[in-house]
Amino acid sequence: MRLLYFGWVRAKIGVSGETIDPPDGVDDVRSLVDWLSARGGGYGEALGDTTAIRVAVNQELAELDAAIAAGDEVALFPPMTGG
Amino acid sequence: MIKVQQEDFDVGAEISGLTEGNTSIGGLACFVGLVRDLAGEKPISAMTLEHYPGMTERQLEQLEQEARQRWTLMDVLIIHRYGRLEPGDRIVLVATASAHREAALESCHFLIDWLKTKAPFWKLEDTGSGAQWVSARDEDDSAAERWKDKP
Repeated sequence: MRLLYFGWVRAKIGVSGETIDPPDGVDDVRSLVDWLSARGGGYGEALGDTTAIRVAVNQELAELDAAIAAGDEVALFPPMTGG
Repeated sequence: MIKVQQEDFDVGAEISGLTEGNTSIGGLACFVGLVRDLAGEKPISAMTLEHYPGMTERQLEQLEQEARQRWTLMDVLIIHRYGRLEPGDRIVLVATASAHREAALESCHFLIDWLKTKAPFWKLEDTGSGAQWVSARDEDDSAAERWKDKP
């Protein structure tokens, strides 16, 4: 599974992306975010408050309860500020 | 048409290109967004726009399609820049062309309102006292919200 981070989520975690092999039970965005957040450090700081996080699965906006599976591209980022 | 690019654009040339050869266009509306020199009370020296390559183009194309479904448009052009910009630099161009002014003006307004909250860009401002991320504004959410119901 490919993970991508943008904005202050990327800045706090310290990398722009990574490839992971999610453990059993990580089958939606919420469980992924909880699992990443439990790593602590920058991950905890970036992802601790899920209300501040927006998500895209395979480049489409998604909700925290969206299902995810191996091979997906999941992006985590702050609310968008285009224009 | 969607363009996501680092380089600047020439507003006059882009508009001419859009209308050239299409004499059924009776009105063209255009919005140009610029980098301001103030963030709240703080002066800023530069702004860096980060985006999500791939998803940005998809989102902008979806926005264009949504505008074309809602209004009868002859043409749509959205140019959005990324990278490091300075106060006065152009960030975004939205131009919509139609037979009459109303569809052009309304769809242009719709597109820039939706871009604010649905285009995957993030802005980092350089101030004298360090860098700060631009937060999403509630006003932008409510501006986008008013277009929820189709005309």
